Amino acid sequence: MAQSIVEIKDLSFGYKGKLLHHGINMTFQKGKVVAIMGGSGSGKTTLLRLIGGQLKPTKGEVTVGGEVVHHQNREGIYRLRRKMGMLFQHGALFTDLSVFDNVAFPIREHTDLPESMIRDLVLMKLNAVGLRGAHALMPAELSGGMARRVALARAIALDPSIIMYDEPFAGLDPISMAVICDLIRSLNDVLGATSIIVTHDVEETFQFADYIYFVANGVVAAEGSPDELRNSELPFIHQFVHGEKDGPVPFHYAAPEYHASLLRGAR
Amino acid sequence: MRKVQRMFSKLGAGCINKLWRLGAGARLFWLTLISSGESFRRFRLTVREVYFTGVLSLIIILVSAFFVGMVLALQGYHTLQKYGSSEAIGVLVALALVRELGPVVTALLFAGRAGTAITAEIGLMKATEQLSAMEMMAVSPIARVVAPRFWAGVIAMPILATLFTMVGILGGYLVAVPLIGVDAGAFWSQMQANVDWQYDILNGVLKSIVFGVACTMIALFEGYDAPPTAEGVSRATTRTVVTSSLAVLGLDFVLTSFMIAV
Amino acid sequence: MERTTIDLWVGIFVAMGFAALLSLAMKVGNLTTSDVGDTYMVTANFENIGGLKPRAPVKSAGVVVGRVGDIRFDAKTYEAVVSLNIDKRYNFPKDTFANIYTAGLLGEQYVGLEAGGDESNLQNGDKITQTQDAVVLEKLIGQFLYNKATEGDDKTVKAAASTESGAHALDASPLDNIGK
Repeated sequence: MAQSIVEIKDLSFGYKGKLLHHGINMTFQKGKVVAIMGGSGSGKTTLLRLIGGQLKPTKGEVTVGGEVVHHQNREGIYRLRRKMGMLFQHGALFTDLSVFDNVAFPIREHTDLPESMIRDLVLMKLNAVGLRGAHALMPAELSGGMARRVALARAIALDPSIIMYDEPFAGLDPISMAVICDLIRSLNDVLGATSIIVTHDVEETFQFADYIYFVANGVVAAEGSPDELRNSELPFIHQFVHGEKDGPVPFHYAAPEYHASLLRGAR
Repeated sequence: MRKVQRMFSKLGAGCINKLWRLGAGARLFWLTLISSGESFRRFRLTVREVYFTGVLSLIIILVSAFFVGMVLALQGYHTLQKYGSSEAIGVLVALALVRELGPVVTALLFAGRAGTAITAEIGLMKATEQLSAMEMMAVSPIARVVAPRFWAGVIAMPILATLFTMVGILGGYLVAVPLIGVDAGAFWSQMQANVDWQYDILNGVLKSIVFGVACTMIALFEGYDAPPTAEGVSRATTRTVVTSSLAVLGLDFVLTSFMIAV
Repeated sequence: MERTTIDLWVGIFVAMGFAALLSLAMKVGNLTTSDVGDTYMVTANFENIGGLKPRAPVKSAGVVVGRVGDIRFDAKTYEAVVSLNIDKRYNFPKDTFANIYTAGLLGEQYVGLEAGGDESNLQNGDKITQTQDAVVLEKLIGQFLYNKATEGDDKTVKAAASTESGAHALDASPLDNIGK
């Protein structure tokens, strides 16, 4: 069995006494592309923030490279984060910096490399995402897909060993989606990194992920390789994978009985 | 009865909320101070912000100063002339500007021009996850984003206030001397005899530094604390102006009473 | 990158700030007129200083030659001790006369020095012995009424005298100095 780089053990997390996760266990193995799937609002993004140390678990722990994240002090967390790259949902590019400076940002902040070397590195990273020609543009001039790719170049600027993607496909056209899919897989293999993808796009994810966790109601509802899940008998997985409107995940938000609600007004 | 009770509980909750925000603001102030190293080591970061807060505020500050000075001279002349001491107009304009109007009006304009810009910028950076992204890149947003803006505000405010005072006096001069016909020599000499370098001018500069700290910190805090939504940012921007203005006027009273007592 | 332009603008901005501060100090404030030059200090005792304030000007022949330092109260002699910081360039004889004058009818009060004829000059720490108190308006009016009354009938004399509380004010008549 391959070495695991990120582990989530018996993790519970919640705001103000309301728990979002109840005892989640996950393992992310080195060199794999692992997807965390689940409906909207199931706390997938929160898991990424817990791995990045931006939030503290209520119970349980997250380890990165064998170190418990929330036991670290500020410097320790920053040291761990230097091994991570994260792609935010809408890219989160710095709007006051050009594409080039955005990608150069982490390199400039964490190294003392001369400007000529930074230039080479940045152009290499931009080339990897196919946007070397756009280095002089400002983020406002980019399309959504391009912004996502620039953000990806920025996330891999320091050659991280863990790359996290928060909804990388949200709001993209099919071509951009395919490009990002391809990039995630190839960058992961070229860099020898581990990729963690939070998404709810079934089709794309099933094409390239090595392993998938399904999160529902604050627990891991199912896990396995794409093939295993596609043939899963579990009703919830079936509903999700095939995108059915009603099933174990109800169409209606929990509410009092319909008749009663309507009649109350008449009374 | 129920209504009164609800009113009181609302009032109490409001007070607690204000205290909570005051504490959070103080914490941000402290964090800014201890992570200020970078804004001086990489001074270019701060210089860039001085450009945005200071240089870009110049026009509004200078134009307002000019008009304030002219109005002061007009109004002052009108009153002083009744007592036959229209030569004292120079003193009136200079003291009013140096001691009060220079620092205070500059701070109010600064809150409206630069403060809101800071709040909106930081609020939007938060809303678009730029601050989170920075955090995830192991770069402290307080050291990289907040502290340079803070120091830039503290540097820019006294410069703006001094320019305001100078241009205001110039405006007063233009109204008093060429327009009204007060003797130029009397205008300047009376001013020089009655404006003290240390007690008036330096105290004015000191005031503007304190206002610089207050206005910039309020703007930064409102931006940093803003809910990451369009509505949240717009509300935070409004609060920046309201809170800064109140803070400036309140602090002005406190500082003035200290300075007069000394 | 437009960094260089930004640097330039900020440079101009800061330079403007300094220039404004400098011109405020020179043109508006009193940095040039006094305070900076070397001074020596002499003291003078007054029975009544009226509204004299620290930093009030010290003038001789109408020219500002120094500033009032601090003002204390001497609990033994019940007098005010006023220290005067006088510019080193100006020397005054030992028997110089110190008066407290008012600029205009309601203006600020200042100390006027009138040089005497002594050969030796005042040194740092010396004391001016000949002083003239401030004119207090109420006292002046009281005296005026008194003088008028002595010319008129006795009734008004008594009335005026009883309103005047301090009897000693009579012998050092400030009225004599008013013409000066």
